[in-house]
Formats: sequence, structure tokens, C-alpha cells
Amino acid sequence: MDKKIFIEPLFRNNPITVLVLGVCSALAVTVKLEPAIVMALSVTIVTGFSSFIVSLIRNTIPNRIRIIVQLVVVAMLVILVDQILKAFAYDVSKQLSVFVGLIITNCIIMGRIEAFALGNKPIPSLVDGLANGLGYGIILIAIAFIRELFGSGTIYGFPVIPAEWYIKNGGFYENNGLFILPPMALIITGIIIWIQRSYTKELIEK
Amino acid sequence: MQELISLFVKSIFVDNMVFAYFLGMCSYLAVSKNVKTAIGLGAAVVFVLGVTLPVNYLLNTYVLTPAALAWLGPDFAGIDLSFLSFIIFIAVIASIVQLVEMVVEKYSPSLYASLGIFLPLIAVNCAILGGSLFMQERGYETLAEATTFALGSGFGWFLAIVALAAIREKLSYSNVPAPLRGLGITFIVVGLMGIAFMSFMGIKL
Repeated sequence: MDKKIFIEPLFRNNPITVLVLGVCSALAVTVKLEPAIVMALSVTIVTGFSSFIVSLIRNTIPNRIRIIVQLVVVAMLVILVDQILKAFAYDVSKQLSVFVGLIITNCIIMGRIEAFALGNKPIPSLVDGLANGLGYGIILIAIAFIRELFGSGTIYGFPVIPAEWYIKNGGFYENNGLFILPPMALIITGIIIWIQRSYTKELIEK
Repeated sequence: MQELISLFVKSIFVDNMVFAYFLGMCSYLAVSKNVKTAIGLGAAVVFVLGVTLPVNYLLNTYVLTPAALAWLGPDFAGIDLSFLSFIIFIAVIASIVQLVEMVVEKYSPSLYASLGIFLPLIAVNCAILGGSLFMQERGYETLAEATTFALGSGFGWFLAIVALAAIREKLSYSNVPAPLRGLGITFIVVGLMGIAFMSFMGIKL
């Protein structure tokens, strides 16, 4: 099997920064690292297995109703993920609120099913789905890392800025509240795209 | 009535679908290159939200919430179908979009020509499913409230995409650094618009 299927989606064909798929949830859940990691894992699992299942039944789906069939497969997997999160990670599932449900309409999943799984064998589809989920996860975790570090002074909930640095303890440092606000997620994504494109020149738009 | 107006304004500006929750971002970024198509897609979103959300509200109240089936008889009072809500909401949205597309095609060819190509896109627009999920999570109490919320957030989305399209039309004349061109600068512009929209926060009517 071609290892390109796995490597390409991580950087060169990253779903968020290059294909612009699945941006909605990427921005909304990145205030802290923990929900971002949970979200990245959930999306990876759903993308991988929905590609796998659709690829298994790809020859029996009538073309006209394929969108509804795909939505049902994806919705079933998302319900499983949602119930598992509610059972074992209730706090995170509360933080993610509607965004777990919105995995159903995450364009990465439908995009990979339409573009790859419908025309390929199950195992490469599974790998392609997982790799795209991971490519999404990398960006998600990068944004969440920056936002949590500058916005709350913590990484994965652990304080990294020494307490005596803060102004209220007589120091000179203050957390930047702007990083917690929604618009900052967009600006950070814009900057990540900028950095990526200045290294990968062929991605530059005319 | 006053609460409804306040909810309407709040869902347009304060809880704007795009700037506060990033919903419907994919099509928002992809279809905002010129104002005309942006108006088409925006109108289609208002329309589909306004139709699907009340239907999902009724389904949620009379079928999905715990003990919602009590109207069928006392035996059904113990049934909790809330775990099915994702699949039911998305099925309703997908089928209504299909239905609306067929009706519009038959009775109003001119509307179909302007909205038609966007309708299938909308079935997987997260603003639509997001609207239904917010309705469920925030527990709107009456059908009127749910409909107002639907129209308000649809209109907010419309406003946001038309504004971005207008900015991008002007942006094509400016000298942006090469790696930032296209997608990168669009993200940053949306971020700045988001900051501008934050000035509506805390407004109470």
C-alpha cells in the first residue's frame, strides 16, 4: 500500500490549512488543550470508521440517495462517540456541548467519503480517514496549545507560568485575555496557514 | 412579544452563528468570493433554518425528550429517546432540503436558478444542524421562540457572509504578502470582523 495515503493529509494536503474542511469545530473547541485532544480523537475515529464502512458498502449504495446513506452511517458513529464520552468523560463532553453532534456535519468526513472512500477498497479508506483525522488533530492541538499557553498560562491544565510572575503577586506578567476569545482562533489559524505556505511555496494562491 | 424581539436581535448580533460559534465556516469561506453568490447562499440558509428548526423543535418536544411520548398513553411515559436526536435531526434536515429543492424546482424556476445550486450544499452546513442542537441544549420553550431563534441566527449568518464577500471583493485589489494570499488573509479578516462583532456583547434589550 502507498504510504503517501497516510503522509499527505498530515501536512501537504492538510484538511484544515489546505483543503479548508472541518473548520467550524476546529476553532470552537480550542480554548483549552483537553477538549481539543478529545475532539481530535473523536473526529479521527469517526472519519476512519465511516470511510471504512462506506467503502465496504460502496458498490450497493444507489447513487441518488448516497448522501443520506452516508449521513446515517456517520450519525450512528457519532452517537456512539457521544454516548461513550457522556459515560466516561462527562466534564469534557459538557465543555464540547453541541460540537460533538456537529461532527456529523464536519466537512472532513463527508469530503473524504465522497473523494476517497467511494472509489477505493476498505483498508486504504480506513487509513485515509484516520490520516485526515490526525491532520485535523495536529492543527487543533497546535491552536489549542497557543491559546491555552497565552490565554490561561497553563498547558493541559498545569500552570507553566510561575505564580510570582503575575501582577497580582507583585510580578510583571498578565494573561492575555484576547486569546480566550473566539476571534483569536481565526487569527492563529491564519498565521499557521501563513507559516505553512511560506515553507511550501507551491501552495501559494494566485 | 418583547422577549421575541430581544431574542431575534440577540441571535443576529450577540450570538452570531459565525463570529461567536464558528458554525457553517466551510461554506462561509468557500462561497464568499463575490457578493451575488453570497446573497444566494445566505438566503438559502435563512430559508432552510426557518423551515427545519421548527420541525425539529416539534419532534424534540413531542418525541425525543424524556417522557415526551406521554401523549400516546401512560405506558409510553417512561421512554427516553434523547440519544436518537442526532440521527433524527440530520434525517429531517437532509429530507427537508431534498423536498424544498424539488418544490422550488417545480413551482419557482427563477428562485431555483438562484438558490438551487446551494440547496444540496446546505444539508451538510453545520449552521443548520447547529441551530437544532442549540435549540435542544438551550431549551427554548415555545414554537414561536424556536422560530424566532431560527430566523435570527439565519439572518445573522446572511449578514456575516455578505459582509465578508464585500470585503473580499475589495481585498482582491490590495497587495497581500504572497503566502498569506487567499485563505490566510481571509481567516485574519474574519477574526477582525469577529472582534468588531464582540462590541455587541452585553447589549440587553
